[in-house]
Amino acid sequence: MLLAEQVLNGLQYGMMLFLMAAGLTLVFGVMGLINLAHGSLYMAGAFACAAVAAATGSFWLGLAASLAAAAALGALVEVVVIRRLYARDHLDQVLATFALILVFSEGTRWLFGSFPLYLSLPPVLSGAVTLPGGLVYPAFRLAIIAIGALVAVGLFWLIGRTRLGIRIRAGEADREMIAALGVDIARLYTLVFALGAALAGLAGALVGSVQSVQVGMGEPVLILAFVTVVIGGIGSIKGALVGALLVGMTDTLGKALLPTFFAGFMEASAATSVGSALASMLIYVLMAVVLVVRPTGLYGARA
Amino acid sequence: MRFTGALPNAAIFVALVAVAVVADRSGNPYIVTLATKVAIFGLAGVGLNLALGYGGLVSFGHAAFFGLGGYVTAILASHAASATPVATVPFTMMGTNEMLAIWPVALLVSGLAALVIGALSLRTTGVYFIMVTLAFAQMLYYFAVSWPAYGGEDGLSFYVRNSFPGANIFAPLQFFAICAAALGVTMILVALLTQSRFGLALRAAKQNEARVIASGVRPFALRLTAFVLSGMVAGLAGALFADLNRFVSPAMLSWHMSGEIMVFVILGGVGRLAGPIAGAAVFIALEYLLGPVSDHWQALLGLLLILIVLFAPGGLMGLALRGRHG
Amino acid sequence: MKQKGRLIGGIAALALMAGMASAEGVKVGMITTLSGGGAGLGIDVRDGFQLALKMAGDAGAGVELIVEDDQQKPDIAVQLADKMIQSDQVDVLTGIIWSNLAMAVVPAAVAQGKFYLSPNAGPSALAGAGCDKNYFNVAWQNDNLHEAAGAYANSAGYANSFMLAPNYPAGTDAIAGYKRFYEGAAAGEVYTQLGQTDYAAEIAQIRNSGADSVFFFLPGGMGIAFMKQYAESGVDIPLIGPAFSFDQNILQAVGDAALGVKNTSQWNKDIDNAENAAFVAAYQAEYGRLPSLYSSQGFDTANLLLSAMAKADVTDQEAFRAALEAADFASVRGDFAFGPNHHPIQDIYVREVVKEGDIYTNKVIGTALEDRGDAYAGECKM
Repeated sequence: MLLAEQVLNGLQYGMMLFLMAAGLTLVFGVMGLINLAHGSLYMAGAFACAAVAAATGSFWLGLAASLAAAAALGALVEVVVIRRLYARDHLDQVLATFALILVFSEGTRWLFGSFPLYLSLPPVLSGAVTLPGGLVYPAFRLAIIAIGALVAVGLFWLIGRTRLGIRIRAGEADREMIAALGVDIARLYTLVFALGAALAGLAGALVGSVQSVQVGMGEPVLILAFVTVVIGGIGSIKGALVGALLVGMTDTLGKALLPTFFAGFMEASAATSVGSALASMLIYVLMAVVLVVRPTGLYGARA
Repeated sequence: MRFTGALPNAAIFVALVAVAVVADRSGNPYIVTLATKVAIFGLAGVGLNLALGYGGLVSFGHAAFFGLGGYVTAILASHAASATPVATVPFTMMGTNEMLAIWPVALLVSGLAALVIGALSLRTTGVYFIMVTLAFAQMLYYFAVSWPAYGGEDGLSFYVRNSFPGANIFAPLQFFAICAAALGVTMILVALLTQSRFGLALRAAKQNEARVIASGVRPFALRLTAFVLSGMVAGLAGALFADLNRFVSPAMLSWHMSGEIMVFVILGGVGRLAGPIAGAAVFIALEYLLGPVSDHWQALLGLLLILIVLFAPGGLMGLALRGRHG
Repeated sequence: MKQKGRLIGGIAALALMAGMASAEGVKVGMITTLSGGGAGLGIDVRDGFQLALKMAGDAGAGVELIVEDDQQKPDIAVQLADKMIQSDQVDVLTGIIWSNLAMAVVPAAVAQGKFYLSPNAGPSALAGAGCDKNYFNVAWQNDNLHEAAGAYANSAGYANSFMLAPNYPAGTDAIAGYKRFYEGAAAGEVYTQLGQTDYAAEIAQIRNSGADSVFFFLPGGMGIAFMKQYAESGVDIPLIGPAFSFDQNILQAVGDAALGVKNTSQWNKDIDNAENAAFVAAYQAEYGRLPSLYSSQGFDTANLLLSAMAKADVTDQEAFRAALEAADFASVRGDFAFGPNHHPIQDIYVREVVKEGDIYTNKVIGTALEDRGDAYAGECKM
């Protein structure tokens, strides 16, 4: 029963990472851009949701606001700064988007103050439900799994079945060609960037409602999202999904099982300490192993 | 290296030394401390630049080597203070508080770490390389945070700066002189190295791998050598940084530190010998000058950095030297 | 121990005496966290400190205060301390929030003959063998609030606690502090990753542990995340923790999830004494928000400094130190004295999170430990 609950936890954590990683991998794959400020868009979504929910009393309006605000901010940043960086070295992109983190973090602190904001779940998602088999599980975690699965299906449909998807895939394969075909590439890029930003904003709002909405909340998630993208293979939505689930499961099960494992042959408090230290390194070990064996990630075509 | 003559590089180095000397003479020891910090981060940047600028190896994990150098210094110094051995197996090793004894150990440890991390990471390229180097640094970071023997997250203090023959290391200017000398010597060695056959082959491998292979050189060995040397220089910088603060903590191993060193290199100009010094100097000066302006000075810093990237591609040295190259 | 209830008269007298005793004034360097995610704590300490100076009138004007932002980075804190000592030539340092920054700065600062007054961090190394005659802690030794939580667990009849803290020195100290007083069994002991924000795995373990109580120490955003997720999980084992996760600044972000939780603190806004009432009212009037634990510690730190300035000149180190040791100021937390290692001897209360109108806050429901010093004083040789 405990193991079943931990597996569900791993699944939910993976779905949350997928929402972050999907946008990141699209932007990586289509525009070839390393966007360190992706975590700031996640933070922007959470703050927008908290502010609107506090003003209107409705979590759902807040959720809509998080999508809208993150997409709008993403589009604005793309037009003002990011678009000038596509032709540049990866390194210039790293520096500029690092600078964007500073601007967004302090800007948010200036707008909303230095203290964490309140954001809570609507009644329909709070509390726990009893699953078939008698497992008691929080409703919001089930909701995150469901939303993650919906977004995954939606993205596969978008990329595989729509005209926009064809253009995105063409953009990944050959930028000059789609420009020659008369596609407005600048608009396509803005659209893709805003889409990725909206997904990050959505993740921020969902996660913010059960974590803390505060400045800097995007940074740890950013690193994990990069880990996910790289394990899955850059540019691949399928890779992002598999990578996210792999990271989620590894992290959750590692935290749950390693201390018990070491307790089998070590003194109790040392086992807890060694086990949790190793658990926190585990996803990086996973990433290193995957990349040493498959240098372009699980589903990546090119570096 | 885009060879732009020794003059601009020497000029930046001399300017740094001049700032420190003038500040010391005019009774501003804190400015000397800041100049020392510039020299140390500049040294770490020169190290990273060897891999990043000349070899095209974008390492997002150089904090690992920087931090290892720092921890070697702090561990040896704290054992010397408490007169306990660092290790008894396979042989008894005592601590020391002599910089000249500490540095070789720091170079060795960070070099060995770079050898292992480099050998595994160099199987990948591009963004994958960036992330796998980050992964190794993160492993060390979490290890340091949760390993209680040397302070864990609290870090490790050793209260008294290590000693250097003939120098009064408590005088800010004398400690600066040691750091600046380390930086100057390293710059000369790197300049010689990049002009050597090794350096030429390394740059050729960055631009056209197939041709290098065709000429019978294994790019993997070239890159691994560059990566190890680069890690060793970062380790030396870490050892000096530990002495500047008389303190180390896992923050030295964090991805923020890797990012900061990389920002210094990019800001100054990738592949420019003195670029990291210019980058570190501008960054630290802005921190110092903007701090009193507003609590939200980091936003101003961010805006300035964005402007620099957008309007000065090739970094500050690229901007300054643009006139000479048309 | 000293008398309560003489703030107004005391401050007037103080003002007069301080004006005479330290015509030169005292230069104070405050190194604290004013930017980034941890900025709220530093801002509260600074605001509390400055309010005390303002309320003290002329005596407060005798303090020249230099405030710098350490960005929560130990190396920046060390360099700022060097600057304040070398360039600004301060007499007294204060302000640091985090234990790891204090460990980096304090030993070197006191070794150079500066006074350090800690408004927040109290690592065990500075209370025991590493204590110093020039180091004074005005808040608590780090273990104190956890010890009080353990004492409270006994009195509440808990006999099977699940314990949770991040895997870093302050986290292991927290669990050790809890166990120092708690007499029951351990249902589980889990160390989480520092900065972790998802606690699903730990909550699942708690659900299956058979515990009758959960002790947790998760400062900052970690605590907010844990409490929200705990409230949603359907697990209803009672929570106990130190005040840090239930502080005035953080509670509004946690909301209903914190209601009813018992936590331990040496201060609360409803502690009944005249100084505290004046402090809470003045703080609200000045800054438009309720004071936090950190505000109260900043306020007390400044008042301790002013009390010493009234008695001695800072250039006379022996006399100034004796004046600090006397702790002859009216603390907003009530009785306050220094132990032999210059750490507080004070009462630690149990608080319960309640809602007053739209505001989440705490009310004192009992005393967990009376006149508590700390576990390390015996190791301190000054």
